[in-house]
Amino acid sequence: MAGLDLDVEPGERVLLLGPSGAGKSTLLSALAGVLGGDEEGEETGELLVDGAHPASRRGLAGLVLQDPQANTIMSRVGDDVAFGCENLAVPRDEIWPRVLDALGAVGLDVDLDRSTAALSGGQRQRLALAGVIAMRPGLILLDEPTANLDPVGVAEVRDAVARVAADTGATLVVVEHRVDTWIPVVDRVVVLEPGAGVAVDGSPHAVLEVHAEPLAVGGVWVPGIPVEVDRARRAAGPALLVAETLRSGRAGEAVHEPVDVEVRAGEALVVTGPNGAGKSTLALTLAGLLPPVAGAVRATTALRGGAAAEAPIRWRPKQLATRIGTVFQQPEHQFVAARVRDEVAAGLRALGRSDAAVSERVDALLAALRLAHLADVNPFTLSGGEQRRLSVATVLAPAPRVMVLDEPTFGQDRRTWQELVRLIASLVDDDGCAVVAVTHDADVERVLGDRVLRLGAA
Amino acid sequence: MKALERVNPVTPILAAVLYSIPMLLTIDVVSAAVALAAWAIVFASVGIGPRTVVRRSWPLLVAAPLSAVSMLLYAEPAGRIHAQVWLAVISDRSIELALAIGLRVLAVGVPTLVALVGVDPTRLADGLAQVARLPHRFVLAALAGTRLFGVLGEDWRQISLARRARGLGDTGVVRRSLQAAFALLVVALRRGGTLATAMEARGFGGPERTWARPSTLGWRDAVLVLLVALVAATALGVSLAAGSFSPVWEGA
Repeated sequence: MAGLDLDVEPGERVLLLGPSGAGKSTLLSALAGVLGGDEEGEETGELLVDGAHPASRRGLAGLVLQDPQANTIMSRVGDDVAFGCENLAVPRDEIWPRVLDALGAVGLDVDLDRSTAALSGGQRQRLALAGVIAMRPGLILLDEPTANLDPVGVAEVRDAVARVAADTGATLVVVEHRVDTWIPVVDRVVVLEPGAGVAVDGSPHAVLEVHAEPLAVGGVWVPGIPVEVDRARRAAGPALLVAETLRSGRAGEAVHEPVDVEVRAGEALVVTGPNGAGKSTLALTLAGLLPPVAGAVRATTALRGGAAAEAPIRWRPKQLATRIGTVFQQPEHQFVAARVRDEVAAGLRALGRSDAAVSERVDALLAALRLAHLADVNPFTLSGGEQRRLSVATVLAPAPRVMVLDEPTFGQDRRTWQELVRLIASLVDDDGCAVVAVTHDADVERVLGDRVLRLGAA
Repeated sequence: MKALERVNPVTPILAAVLYSIPMLLTIDVVSAAVALAAWAIVFASVGIGPRTVVRRSWPLLVAAPLSAVSMLLYAEPAGRIHAQVWLAVISDRSIELALAIGLRVLAVGVPTLVALVGVDPTRLADGLAQVARLPHRFVLAALAGTRLFGVLGEDWRQISLARRARGLGDTGVVRRSLQAAFALLVVALRRGGTLATAMEARGFGGPERTWARPSTLGWRDAVLVLLVALVAATALGVSLAAGSFSPVWEGA
C-alpha cells in the first residue's frame, strides 16, 4: 500500500473495496494502531485518527478480524466483552452495564457465563463486535467480518453492525468482497488500487453505477453481475463411492440422519445444509478420513483397482491419496513444506515418483493454478486465495479420481471464486473425475450441483 | 467442593507452599500417616468425595508406589537383609524408607492437587494479578493462551487427517508425529500472533487497567491457611512425641 490520501469524516460509514493486495487489511490495521513496529515494515506519510497517531490512542478505534476464532480472547462471553473495558481502565461499576448494553446491541442473547467455545461463527463475530462497542470507540473497523460465515451468520452480523452504527453514530470502515451485503449499511464506497492509493471514491450508488464492470473483474462481488461458469456436462460414469445408510460423526456420535448416496465419475455432488448439519463430517467420512458411525462407505472396483479393502477408511495413506483427494476448509492445516514447489511435490515424492516425473507434474500444476511465480515462496505467507489454489494443487498432484472439497469458495473474492469453480468444473467435465463439494454458497450449488444432497440438523 | 470454590485461587498455592516445607523436613511414617488421616477427615467434612480425590490426584497414586518400590529395592541397606538380587537389596531400613517415602508423596501431593487441579484459569488469573500482584500483562497473556489449547486440539485432529489425505502417513510413527507436531507448532504460532493482534486491538497493553471481576481474600482464605498449618503442626507434633521424627538433614 502506498500513496493513499483519504479523509473520513466522523459518522461516515465507508465500504473499502479493492483487489487482493491493495492493502485494505493493512489500512485497517494501521487505523486500529496494531500494525506493528519498524521491524515489520516501512511506514511513510502520516495517518491520524482524531488528530493523533492511532497507536498512541488506545481504545479510540475497535477492530473485528475475519477469522471468528481469532477474535475470541476470553473463555466466557461476559469476560470477553469486558476485556476491552478493563484495558481502558473503565471503573468496575460501569463495566457490567456496558457489557449488557453491548450484548443487547448485537442481539447476542446468551448467559454471561456461557463458554465462548460453544458459539457459532456468527455468534462469535457478534461477540467480537460487542467487545468492540463496549469500549465505546469513535471508529469501528471491520475486516471481512462475514467472509467465513454461512448466510444466516452473514445476515446476523450485518444487521448487528447496522444497528450499532445507527445507535452509536460511530464512524465505520468495512472491508468486504460481498458488496450487496453491505450496501444497505454504508454511505460511501472507496476503492483502493494496489500501490496507488484511492482509485474510486463516492456514494455507493454512484460508484456501482459507473464502475460495476471493472470492480467485478477486479474480484469484487458486485450486485447485478452474476458469476457464470460454463459447463460441458457429460453423462455420468460408473459409481466410484457408494454410501449406504451412512451416518457420520465424531467419537461414535452421529451428527446426521442416515444417508444413501453414490459418488459417480464425471458428476459433481453438492452437499449443503445449515450450520451443524454434519456436512463436513460426512465429507470427511466419504473421503476415507473418518470411520462411519453407522452404515458403510464402499469403494467400487472402478475406484479401488488393486487396493484390497472395500472401505476407504482402511486404505493406507498412499492408496488413499491416489484415489480420493480432500481439500480442507482451512488450507494451512494441509501445508507441510517451506516452499510452494515442495508443497505440491511432497505427496508425489511420498509415492516414490521419479524426480523428473515429480518436477514435470509440479510445473504443470503450478502453471495451471497461476502459482508458478510463487514457486519459492513459503505457503503460509500466501494470500487466502493463493493458499486455497495451492491446497487444490497439492491434492490434484497424485491425480485422484475423487475430489472432496470442504467449502472451497469460503471467503474468496469473485475472481478466485471463478477460477476455482472453473477448475472444479473442468475436473468433472474434461477429466471425468467425481467431485463432492460441501458448500453454503448458492452460486456453487447452481453451477456444480449435478446432484444435491441437503442435510438437515440431526 | 463448594468450599474450595469460594476461596481465592491464590490461597491454595500459598497454602501448598506453607504446608509442603515442614512436611518435607522429615521422612517418617508417623507424620505422613497422621497428615493423610487428617486430610481424609477434612475432605469428608467439607464434602470432597473419594471420586474427586482420585480424579484429581491419580498421577500420584501411580507415582507413590513407584517411588516406594525404588526405595525398597535400592535404598542404602541397614538392619536385617531380607532379600538380595544383584544391586537390589531389601533390608529393614529400605522397607521403612519405602513406606515413609510412599506415604509422604501422598501426604504432600494429594491435598495439593485436590486444591489446585480444576481451578478455573480465569479466577486464578484474576487472583494472581489482583491479589498476588503479578504483572497483569503476563498473567492475561497466559490466560488467553490457555484458551488456545482447546482450539489447538481441533487443529491437531485436522492436521492428522490432512496428512493422511495427502498420502503422507506411511512413514514411521515417530517421524510422522514429529512432522505433525511441527505443523501444529506453525499453526499455534500463527494463532498466537492473531490473538496478540486481537488483544491489542481491544486496548490491551496499557499501564493501567481495571478488573471486571473482583478478586479478594476473605475469612475462608484465612481458614484454609490455618487449617493447613494445623494439619502440618499436628503431623509433626505427633511424630516428635512418638519419637519417630527423622529430619532429612541427618541423612538416610
